[in-house]
Amino acid sequence: MGIEQKAGDLGAVTMRLEQAVNWARTYAMWPMLFGLACCAIEMMAGQAAKHDMSRFGMELMRATPRQSDLMIISGRVTRKMAPVLRLLYDQMPDPKWVVSMGDCASCGGIFNNYAIVQGVDEIMPVDVYVAGCPPRPEALVHGILTLHEKVRGEKIKTWA
Amino acid sequence: MLDQSEFAFNELRHLVTDRAIEGETMLLNMGPQHPSTHGVLRLLLELDGEVVVNCFPDIGFLHTGIEKNMEAKSYEKAAVMTDRLDYLNNLGNNLVYCMAIEKLAELDVPIRAQAIRVILTELQRIASHLVWLGTHTLDLAAISMFWYTFRERELILDINEMVSGQRMMTTYFRPGGLWRDVPVEFEDAVRDFIRIFPKRITEYEAMLNENPIFLERTKGIGVIKPEDAIHWGVTGPMLRASGVDFDLRKVDPYMGYEQYEFDVPTHTDSDTYARYLVRVEEMRQSLRIVEQALDKLPYGPVRSNNRKYVPPPRSELGTSMEAVIHHFKLWTDGFEMPEGSVYAAAESPRGVLGVYLESDGSTKPHRVHWRTPSFDNLQMLPVLAKGHLVADLVALVGTTDFVLGDIDR
Amino acid sequence: MENELQNIVSVLVERFDVEPKEFRGQTSLIVSPEKIFEVCQSLRDEHGFTWLEVLTAVDYWPQQEPRFHVIYFLYSIDKSMRMGLRVPLPSVSPTLPTLVELFANANWRERELWDMFGIHFDGHPDLRRILMPHDWQGHPLRKDYPLGYEEVQFTFNAEEIDRDKPYAKE
Ligand code: SF4
Repeated sequence: MGIEQKAGDLGAVTMRLEQAVNWARTYAMWPMLFGLACCAIEMMAGQAAKHDMSRFGMELMRATPRQSDLMIISGRVTRKMAPVLRLLYDQMPDPKWVVSMGDCASCGGIFNNYAIVQGVDEIMPVDVYVAGCPPRPEALVHGILTLHEKVRGEKIKTWA
Repeated sequence: MLDQSEFAFNELRHLVTDRAIEGETMLLNMGPQHPSTHGVLRLLLELDGEVVVNCFPDIGFLHTGIEKNMEAKSYEKAAVMTDRLDYLNNLGNNLVYCMAIEKLAELDVPIRAQAIRVILTELQRIASHLVWLGTHTLDLAAISMFWYTFRERELILDINEMVSGQRMMTTYFRPGGLWRDVPVEFEDAVRDFIRIFPKRITEYEAMLNENPIFLERTKGIGVIKPEDAIHWGVTGPMLRASGVDFDLRKVDPYMGYEQYEFDVPTHTDSDTYARYLVRVEEMRQSLRIVEQALDKLPYGPVRSNNRKYVPPPRSELGTSMEAVIHHFKLWTDGFEMPEGSVYAAAESPRGVLGVYLESDGSTKPHRVHWRTPSFDNLQMLPVLAKGHLVADLVALVGTTDFVLGDIDR
Repeated sequence: MENELQNIVSVLVERFDVEPKEFRGQTSLIVSPEKIFEVCQSLRDEHGFTWLEVLTAVDYWPQQEPRFHVIYFLYSIDKSMRMGLRVPLPSVSPTLPTLVELFANANWRERELWDMFGIHFDGHPDLRRILMPHDWQGHPLRKDYPLGYEEVQFTFNAEEIDRDKPYAKE
């Protein structure tokens, strides 16, 4: 701490690079504008006036995977959609995170049948699972904050 | 393995014009991940410059197998799946499914339950139209509408949560009535909504009706002639905006809709703007129905007393062994339905939503088919899109107001 | 109104030798596969049933003959009447004539039946799979097609299932 008090007048801040980068990544996380099913409506509600996810540095939803670093899988993933989803995931630049929103995306939910992929973790690595059918916007926000925590704890050597 | 684009071309070779094969026109893939397709719809476009020559929707990216999965569950448990079909009209789906069961089993629904069903489905209709209005105008560059409409939608979701404990997937309507009676605060909450909402509609209209960009992008776009609309099986506001006065709530009333006074808004311009006007007016009419239903909300039971299909109330479980056995039986095995098949239909925010239910006398449905309005409405899209610009296609997709869960089931 | 429906039914019975049925206030006719096009044409042009409301099928497997029933509901918007048609089809190569010329929305609905039940429609302009991926095997809504149940994880078998679960890599 000591040096900051001395150097404060100079407008300089000292911190570890790890911390600085993680901090920056946390508060400018751009999710992909992309809805799959019912959960997407709750995600939209999360973006809208009452819950307002932009409080967490994510007001910008990007429609293209190339500009986004967070993928919110909001809804059930079908066998027809799975290759598309994986393609989108592969197109996202590193570092990237995946939040699986809702029971369907996390484990197949109530649809244990031929058409639904039983958990999106079969096709891409997932960082945070949010439970609920659909999760309330608050739950989604909690999921995002959990992800922030995870990102803040990342180590230099695991950076992609 | 074929590359995606190559495959797309081979798949559609017999559909596109010769000019595309010679390379004169361009084939463009829109979706399944595209912000303005409202979900996971894939549109293959054949473009001449910016003009759409051909448009081929490719659906099924959200095919959930609900129809098949319902066959594997007992009647009451299958109701949970119905919410997830058309996820903007959850209570409406419950309603139609319950109506089909009630028709097949000849089960009565108490009048209080009927009135509450009407109130909640009409609120749901408003909520659905609000989502439509928000996203449709969002696509047409009027982004602020989105914040307003979702604000009002929260009020309706709060009411849903109050009665059932869930915001969206309520499964509140059960065969023979409701899950349980509404709480006492229900009436005040709905009255509040009735008081607030008309002003908000006026607000929306002030923002849109004279907005030159909105008018420019909606007027004269996607005109549907009434005979075409019927030929293509289009229903709901799309049909009514073409001047056909057809609303199942009027022509074939269910749940006591005949007691309420309301108009069926129609329009003769048949374009995107007319459809906007019809939907906004429908919100007003729904509010009228809600108000009337609330005014004469009768007292009484909310679930049928037919013990063959309806489990005994909780209060009996503590005192009667038979009730416990009965309750157990109904929740593990489910009830047996008479053999036969019925079709029940109701007016959803998007059009005629129907259920074809066939029973083989066991506790599980033999076949459930959902006749979903979006499926037919979307079929009309290629016809509408022809000759319009790509930017207008976005308006057309919005005005069709489909829900992919409803199409793919 | 009821009388009118009765009249139409009796006309059709005479002309096409269909078998009327009544259940829960719903009239339906059992039509043979060869006549379905004419029956629909007559209903549409002569009796005003201009809207094809439902087109679906039911599988009665393991019963073989008839294995499928294809179900049509036609609606008359002017008279607010609904008419159901049922067409029995055999298990081996079930085929029907297409109705796309009469009702444009039959197009996708017939594709759906092809996709889900494997019922072939003669003369259909574009009979491809519609809901399932183009390379899918089988017809999911047939009764002999498994639901595709995946075992549910509980504490006692969680590890065992977890071992076989195809987790994705980066
Ligand atoms: S978890 Fe529930 S709300 Fe979310 S997509 Fe699945 S069914 Fe819909």
